[in-house]
Amino acid sequence: MAGEDKLVKLKIDNVYKEYQGRNGKTVALNGVNLDIKENEFICVVGPSGCGKSTLLNIIAGLLEPTSGAVYLDGKQIEGTGVERGVVFQQYALFPWRTVIKNVMFGLEMKKTPKEEARQIALKYIEAVGLKGFENSYPKELSGGMKQRVAIARAYAANPEVLLLDEPFGALDAQTRVQLQTELLNTWEQEKKTCFFITHDVDEAIILAQRVIIMSARPGRIKRIVDIDIPYPRTQETKSDERFLKLKAEIWNEVYQEFLEVRK
Amino acid sequence: MSEEKKKKKVVINDKVWLLISLCAALLLWYLLSLGKATGRSFPFADKVVPSVKTMIDRGAFWKDIRSSMLCVVAGFGLGFITSLPIAFLMAWYQPVQKIIEPWINFIRNIPALGYAPLLVLIFGVGQKPAIILIWICTFMTMSITIYQGIKNIDVTLIKAARVLGANDFDIFLKIICPATVPFIITAVRLGLGAALTTLLAAESTGAQYGIGMRIRSLSNSFEAAPMLMYIILLGIIGLLLVKVVDIIERKLTGWQEKIN
Repeated sequence: MAGEDKLVKLKIDNVYKEYQGRNGKTVALNGVNLDIKENEFICVVGPSGCGKSTLLNIIAGLLEPTSGAVYLDGKQIEGTGVERGVVFQQYALFPWRTVIKNVMFGLEMKKTPKEEARQIALKYIEAVGLKGFENSYPKELSGGMKQRVAIARAYAANPEVLLLDEPFGALDAQTRVQLQTELLNTWEQEKKTCFFITHDVDEAIILAQRVIIMSARPGRIKRIVDIDIPYPRTQETKSDERFLKLKAEIWNEVYQEFLEVRK
Repeated sequence: MSEEKKKKKVVINDKVWLLISLCAALLLWYLLSLGKATGRSFPFADKVVPSVKTMIDRGAFWKDIRSSMLCVVAGFGLGFITSLPIAFLMAWYQPVQKIIEPWINFIRNIPALGYAPLLVLIFGVGQKPAIILIWICTFMTMSITIYQGIKNIDVTLIKAARVLGANDFDIFLKIICPATVPFIITAVRLGLGAALTTLLAAESTGAQYGIGMRIRSLSNSFEAAPMLMYIILLGIIGLLLVKVVDIIERKLTGWQEKIN
């Protein structure tokens, strides 16, 4: 397994989650166990309804597991915390704040001195290639730019773990590829533990060190695939033999799950 | 898109459009003033405009405006101040909403003229019941509008704030409040409209002066020209208030995404 000697950053311990619905209870997650190492890049793939978003929300502290627990550095998490940043699919930018004010939000909450916060925000805005847009409002930006701001905002708060919930799902194919490359670059410069949810198998392989395949109803981990392709990975990696082999393998597993859900 | 289309056609300035619209209305008014029956209700501008002076000479004009504006401003102001906390309470605590909202919806649908006499029984005649009536009407419109707005705030924004370290107080001050501003402005717009439309009912409570009261009394003495002047005056006041709200809106909610 990749980097076995590294510390366990996040430990997902026997997480079980059920929802009480109108037609009785639905089990969203059943017995999910996973150790994520420091600075590891994990991608989770699986059909809709396999509970991958639920799992992310539990790690973020936005949802509570029915039973089981999540540990960060050995300490059980309770509620949200700034050490766990989240990037949402719907960007979730504050529309009444300019780009820089959005990026500064986390620092503002931490009571970072204003000038220092400004400098940090500017650094990340530049890192995501939005220099010159500091004073724009979200409505003036394209989808890809909005998600760049959201990533800069998450980074500026300096979390130890970055949780990304299908962050590029709403973007067009070209923008998506571009943002993948940028995210990889940022990750290589400033390693953070990344937990990235996607339904795009290509995306999962190009980004992750390990791909977690989830099965649906109830959601559980079906298989963990090590991606032993060295970084830096580029778009050319996608024609690499290893890539194609992994893609066929993972795609097949995910598709089977998809068919299972359709039944 | 629409800009490209405009380029091909003749571009007409908005101000010119306004002028054209005004001329069309004047023409229609003139035609109405010629008719035998319609002429009785719609004397033309040459009779209506001088009636301003007539009413000033009678010592009524300015007092009417002042009295009505006092009712509108005081009633609306009270409605605004009270609807804000109630709307937030309804959004925050479900029992408050469950108990209050059905009654607001119930009373809102009763024409104010219907229950104006009840207020006269309590508060006597004069400005007091008029202000209270406008207060009730604006309060109901605005509290429901603001409440709906708070309810519709995107929960992902609250989640995003929370994971960035915001506590409940931060979320209220930095997310809920700014996100509610557009709805508050909509509420102000609707509230001012409600205040003006309630004015007539309000001044049926035995007011001595007032635009609504004057329209009624002029109608009793069949004085069409000053009556029409007062009706137009009511419209102009409404337009001015809308303009003021527009300016405030542009200042406060420029960040909002709009469908044009």
